[in-house]
Amino acid sequence: MQTLGIINEMLGLPEVASEHGGMVDHLLEMVHWLMLVLLIGWSAFFVYCLARFRTKKNPKADYHGVQGHASHHIEIAVVVVEAVLLLGFAFPLWAQRSTDYPSGPDVVRVRAVAEQYKWTMHYPGPDNKFGLSKSDLISGGNPLGIDWEDINAKDDFLYTELVLPVNRECIVTVTSKDVIHNLSLHPMRMQQDAIPGSVSDMWFKPISTGRWQTICGQLCGAGHGGMVGYMEVMEEKDFDAWYKENVPSAKEEKLPEADPEKSDKAS
Amino acid sequence: MGAEVSTAETEEVHAHDDDHHHELPFWKKYVFSTDHKIIGYQYAITALIFLFVGFYLMMVMRWSIAHPDKELPGILAAFLNKSWLNDQGMVTGDLYNMFGAMHGTIMVFLGIVPLAFGAFGNFVTPLQIGAPDMAFPRLNMASYWFYFLGGVVMLASFMLPSGAAEAGWTMYSPLATTAQLDEPNLWWTGQTFWLFGMVFLISSSLLGAVNFITTIINLRCRGMTWMRMPFFVWAMLVTGFLLLLAFPPLEVAAIMQIMDRLAGASFFIPTGLNFSGAGSVDAGLLDVAGGGSPLLYQHLFWFLAHPEVYVLILPAIAIVGEILPNNIRRPVWGYKSMVYAVMVLGFLAFIVWAHHMYITGMGNVVSTFFQATTVIISIPSVILLTCLFISLWGGSIRFTVPMLWALAFLPMFGIGGLTGLPLAFNLIDLHLHDTYYVIAHFHYVVAPGTIFGLFAGIYYWFPKATGRMMNNTLGHLHFWPSLIAMNGIFMPMFVQGMAGFHRRWYDGGANYDEITSRIIFDEGSFFANLFKDGQAIEMIDLNVFMTFFVWVLCIAQFPFIFNFFYSIFKGRKADSDNPWRATTLEWSAPNKPPHGNFVTEPVAYRGPYEYSVKGHATDYTPQFERGDDGVILGEEDPPAAAQNDGH
Ligand code: HEM
Ligand SMILES: [Cu+2]
Ligand SMILES: [Cu+2]
Repeated sequence: MQTLGIINEMLGLPEVASEHGGMVDHLLEMVHWLMLVLLIGWSAFFVYCLARFRTKKNPKADYHGVQGHASHHIEIAVVVVEAVLLLGFAFPLWAQRSTDYPSGPDVVRVRAVAEQYKWTMHYPGPDNKFGLSKSDLISGGNPLGIDWEDINAKDDFLYTELVLPVNRECIVTVTSKDVIHNLSLHPMRMQQDAIPGSVSDMWFKPISTGRWQTICGQLCGAGHGGMVGYMEVMEEKDFDAWYKENVPSAKEEKLPEADPEKSDKAS
Repeated sequence: MGAEVSTAETEEVHAHDDDHHHELPFWKKYVFSTDHKIIGYQYAITALIFLFVGFYLMMVMRWSIAHPDKELPGILAAFLNKSWLNDQGMVTGDLYNMFGAMHGTIMVFLGIVPLAFGAFGNFVTPLQIGAPDMAFPRLNMASYWFYFLGGVVMLASFMLPSGAAEAGWTMYSPLATTAQLDEPNLWWTGQTFWLFGMVFLISSSLLGAVNFITTIINLRCRGMTWMRMPFFVWAMLVTGFLLLLAFPPLEVAAIMQIMDRLAGASFFIPTGLNFSGAGSVDAGLLDVAGGGSPLLYQHLFWFLAHPEVYVLILPAIAIVGEILPNNIRRPVWGYKSMVYAVMVLGFLAFIVWAHHMYITGMGNVVSTFFQATTVIISIPSVILLTCLFISLWGGSIRFTVPMLWALAFLPMFGIGGLTGLPLAFNLIDLHLHDTYYVIAHFHYVVAPGTIFGLFAGIYYWFPKATGRMMNNTLGHLHFWPSLIAMNGIFMPMFVQGMAGFHRRWYDGGANYDEITSRIIFDEGSFFANLFKDGQAIEMIDLNVFMTFFVWVLCIAQFPFIFNFFYSIFKGRKADSDNPWRATTLEWSAPNKPPHGNFVTEPVAYRGPYEYSVKGHATDYTPQFERGDDGVILGEEDPPAAAQNDGH
């Protein structure tokens, strides 16, 4: 989506890297225009009045002041513009974010799990299903408490960075082990609180490759300012190769065999 | 407190029409006073002190943001516990969080609200409606002393081994509930003190709110019909309702969080928290009942905290609404629109709170509702501001010192209000939430906004309170540097925020080098040569620029402090009881109004802002001037007997 981004650019908005982000920037630009017009209008009027109506220039005040309905017209104009921004942009855009979730085998899924003060990414592996995780299984060797006996967990793997392919829809499921954190992905124009006890999804489609810092956007303790994470968007084939490399191979014996009965109960 | 309160004079309320009454002992007259003016002064002095405390905390924070790798300078380090600094004397993340949380808390609950509502509301409201005092003088006194206690508890928390609270002024659970869990006694922690302090402060505000509402409804003098009330009084009425209805949920939330911390409850703590051990909680599963909801706390908190921002701003708009007509010598334009706008604003303020929570992830319907209400609330705000701007047209503008502050308030509040608009839109907020854009937005509202309004009010009502004027030159020395410094501090924050600088970074973003090293001015460019020996200027360098202006702002307050105390004793005497040639009732009372306020019975004969009425001898026609056109609604002639003391 091509936008006229003069104000965005002047204010130093970072490059957008997600499909819907263009529309967000567009909306941001339009709101800023509305603000700018009002501000300039007010300021011009203000400065003119201060000069024109200072006591020296205008020793006798006028009881009635402004006559007519200019201010009503301005207010109606503001209402109309705001209504257009809401109905035309904000509502449909969020409807798309919150209800039109993508589905199908091509959708990339990641669980982003926060703790003081780092992120762990949980990839579901080729089956695209996350293994169960339980907080009482959490230990040094198993930071997310994944139940490795769960059948869905067999091909799961963990990674320290958020790695995604370009041009594919991605659903990131965000949660936390301890306090509230927030996964802030500015290039994607997305941000989601990681709230312990609940899981929250966000979805977007990266449209350019790159590597960026991700931010913890919710005060989470003394180390909050250093909770730097990384996000990397790769070409699709690189992503597939990276994914394959990380899936624990079936031959590897380090994980205990699943007890089918147990995993049935668990799921 | 009990004993002192119970001896307070019940007679006092009635005493307004006889000048002579027995001398009260000092502690009753100035300490445990029930006189709304004395209580107003008490609020003012206490709140001003807290504003400076909040300011100091912020200076330490700003130092850390701009110079995270430098030792805290001695002048700032002198007032804090040295063990909070690291080995090299620098600010740590813990200290930053503590001061951040307490800066927010102190500024909002102990500084601005008590000064705006407690001090100005108390001093001005009864005078403007021609009442001898507040409806419940002893509740009024209790309100102040609850506030005082709350302040003492908050300050005392700095002395605890744990230090003060450190989970943001928002105190989101589970962070707030689990913070400082490593202390041996959870009662004696800053987090717990904060909660108890809030219970006191909220109780204080509730008592105040009940009192204001009753006073304004019941104690208006004869002729003071609703539409003759100065806009200030309207704003106080709406503010009173905001406090009364919004604070109870937070009081409940605070008590629930106390239960979570001290009594093993889990209102806000979900099951299965498992800590990494990097914070103040031991690694492993947290031993709590669980099953609670962190989001419940956020809803309770913001149900208060959004209306609270209108509590912070309405009194300032109201003060400006008084000073403006007085100094343009014509009525405010659209008085009625302003009254309706402020009522609509008060109502809408209760149904926008979840716009602080877009980032928690929100369903479509809920999000649509809160986006719509948030955008709609911008309309009454625009109306208020537009009316004030339009009032200027046709005026005869005097640039007195209070007027300078009031005029500066308009564009500053304008910037703060307008920059709230993008944040109303869910998706935009997902980019801007928790960035410096938000910090700049709400500080433009409360710092150059509200604080300028409050300074305007101090300079304006000073002669009524003391009989003396504040010094003009010092007033200018206070105003101009403050105006420049405020903008120097907050304007660059918009740019940083757009670039993704988040708040609550004790190192100002040094850890996020990839984001914060974006270049603004190239190597060798004009500004680069000017400020950085030709090296490229990066986003993060703006921090130094802003912190420089914090020092300027600090120094700019000295003329005010000096002026304030000097003028109380040595200021030029006001030439009359009405030195500004104003129209509202407080100017009919003698300067330093006596107990009971008015010497003659106050009567309102007309609207509040009758300036430059055609055919009138002077350019102002006070509400209290009988004149020929003065009409008391429902009465032919004012009867002689006074019966306006509300009994
Ligand atoms: C007078 C000049 C002021 C300056 C320069 C200033 C500066 C700051 C700074 C630097 C922060 C921390 C940003 C961060 O790291 O998150 C902050 C936070 C805050 N300020 Fe101010 N401030 C001022 C006045 C006020 C006033 C008057 C109020 C309230 C009425 C206020 C309310 C807050 C609040 C609520 C926070 C958020 C605290 C938190 O993170 O929990 N400030 N301010
Ligand atoms: Cu975090
Ligand atoms: Cu954090």
